[in-house]
Amino acid sequence: MNPPQAAQARTMLSKIWESHVVAQDPGVPAVIYVDLHLIHEVTSPQAFAGLKARGLSVRRPNRTFATMDHSTPTLSLDLSLVDHLAAAQVRQLEHNCREFGVPLFDLSSERRGIVHVIGAELGLTQPGMTIVCGDSHTSTHGAFGALAFGIGTSEVEHVLATQCLLQDRPKSYAVHVDGRLNPGVTAKDIILALIAKIGVHGGVGYVFEYGGPAIRALDMEGRMTVSNMSIEAGARAGMVAPDEVTLEYLAGREYAPKGPDWDSALARWRQIPSDEGAAHDGSVSLDASSLEPMITYGTNPAMGMPITGRIPTPESLADTNQRQALEKSLRYMDLRPGQSLLGHRIDVVFLGSCTNSRISDLRLAAGLLDGRKVAPNVRMLVVPGSQAVKRQAEAEGLDRVFRSAGAEWRESGCSMCLAMNGDELQPGQYGVSTSNRNYEGRQGKGGRTFLASPLTAAACAIAGEISDVRALL
Amino acid sequence: MQGIRRVTSHLIPLLQRDVDTDQIIPARFLKVTDKLGLGQHLFEDWRYLADGTPNPGFALNQDQADGAQILLAGDNFGCGSSREHAAWALLGWGVRAVISTSFADIFRTNAVKNGLLPVEVDQATFSALREFVSANPQAEVTIDLETQRVSFGSGRTTQFTIDAFSRRCLVEGVDQLGYLLSKEDEIQAYEAGLDAC
Repeated sequence: MNPPQAAQARTMLSKIWESHVVAQDPGVPAVIYVDLHLIHEVTSPQAFAGLKARGLSVRRPNRTFATMDHSTPTLSLDLSLVDHLAAAQVRQLEHNCREFGVPLFDLSSERRGIVHVIGAELGLTQPGMTIVCGDSHTSTHGAFGALAFGIGTSEVEHVLATQCLLQDRPKSYAVHVDGRLNPGVTAKDIILALIAKIGVHGGVGYVFEYGGPAIRALDMEGRMTVSNMSIEAGARAGMVAPDEVTLEYLAGREYAPKGPDWDSALARWRQIPSDEGAAHDGSVSLDASSLEPMITYGTNPAMGMPITGRIPTPESLADTNQRQALEKSLRYMDLRPGQSLLGHRIDVVFLGSCTNSRISDLRLAAGLLDGRKVAPNVRMLVVPGSQAVKRQAEAEGLDRVFRSAGAEWRESGCSMCLAMNGDELQPGQYGVSTSNRNYEGRQGKGGRTFLASPLTAAACAIAGEISDVRALL
Repeated sequence: MQGIRRVTSHLIPLLQRDVDTDQIIPARFLKVTDKLGLGQHLFEDWRYLADGTPNPGFALNQDQADGAQILLAGDNFGCGSSREHAAWALLGWGVRAVISTSFADIFRTNAVKNGLLPVEVDQATFSALREFVSANPQAEVTIDLETQRVSFGSGRTTQFTIDAFSRRCLVEGVDQLGYLLSKEDEIQAYEAGLDAC
């Protein structure tokens, strides 16, 4: 690999990658430096055990932050509410963080929340950084122009011990989103439409760089929603170039640079966006103006369609494997080819997850629910992304809106997104969920998930069935 | 990690595409703090019916799965969650290699780090293996990592792709953390540059 010429136009990915290469031996992946390592209770215990077995310490505790989110209770923060294994895992993280000197936002911390929500809101996530976490939705942090991706537990151990990772350089893929979103259509609908277009395999080997007027028009929370689901198209990371919206969001946050440090950071951050004319390895375009609210009908996130659409028929698919996958999905979902989902029965609405649990998501849903009721056949859970989001929502009275509409207002955590903590769908139930995965059993064994935006989720809760939010606007 | 050069076994066909790690090991089994015991829950929700009895239609419950060490899996195997528990569960059950037309990135990385072979073959080879296993459920297939060849039937062999570093790690049992630790000087130099900023 030749070093780039000074005059050569570079992508944002190239710039961040090249500034983080610590070593590069021939025939071996690059050793890249990790600026920020986030850890949680589920994918870290075996990594700490590995360190102990080798007598190693955590190399940079000041670049490592831990929280607990996946298996924590949301009814209240009392650990006796989750099973003994989940409680033991939480206790193990407390123990490991004490032993290795890693800062931990524990159950009693006001800063605790879903790892991908608190990273941004604390100002830990910054442009130009490399950020990893033992969680595939680490792609969320790319919304700030960081290279952020999920890793396995062996790699968590590597980063704890060396602050470095062995990585092959990924390719860059430009996702251009033109036009303007229509009322009732949100960031979630952009990303669901993208995944439906390119498939769950379309981004494997790539880092997405999202751009275009419709991405620029999103606030940071919308950009996080889009970046979050990059992995659902197979891309380990998604990025949005930092701009004034990014800087405005970051300014004054607890861990963001201050004073002269802020000024020098700004100078660095302004260099991060891709140069004019930089070549990507792949590209795709979407027109935001033509998008409708999206909903999934199947058992992977690419099986999505406009809310007014009809489920495809197997005959319409060219590929035998795809036909079989669709048929298997529809059997699991108990849905029919050619069917419209409008008016379909639902049992549960889940508003939460690292995709859509931030204050703007709660505001959108509360705006619709204000003065209305959740239908009597529906159980609605509202699970804020962090304790800070929860406090902000309560200060704005959103909790009262949700409660008086008949929804449950919970403590923050991953909750029903992956159903580790007892918040789950029952077998056969249909849930509309603002989370990121509709796999078989993801939200509870035998549960069936329709992925959608917070607006669509709220509209469905009110109607008691799958519904087009645009009728309520 | 022990080096691994060759796996010979009959195949377990799991031919559907996009098998996600939530199916390989559902999230409710991730509350462990070690790597043990996950094999008993491998593909739990496909392996067992609602009443807890084995699902007779599922590949792992069929006679040919007994003692098999190679999974023949559809495209994009291991997509979704980063959970390394998926690799631990496969190994814990007894799977030593997965043959597919492609793997999700994080799953592939996790597999290599645990000595589970991700064997990527082209569509024609995959189709040939699918037909072979369908006609000869108990026939053996050999994966030779050093020559990067899959052989089956009467003398049929085909190349598979794996990047050179992953192959070396698997064959020699390279300790990747050991390699990173050996870069201490470079890491210190890099960090000195950061502090100077």
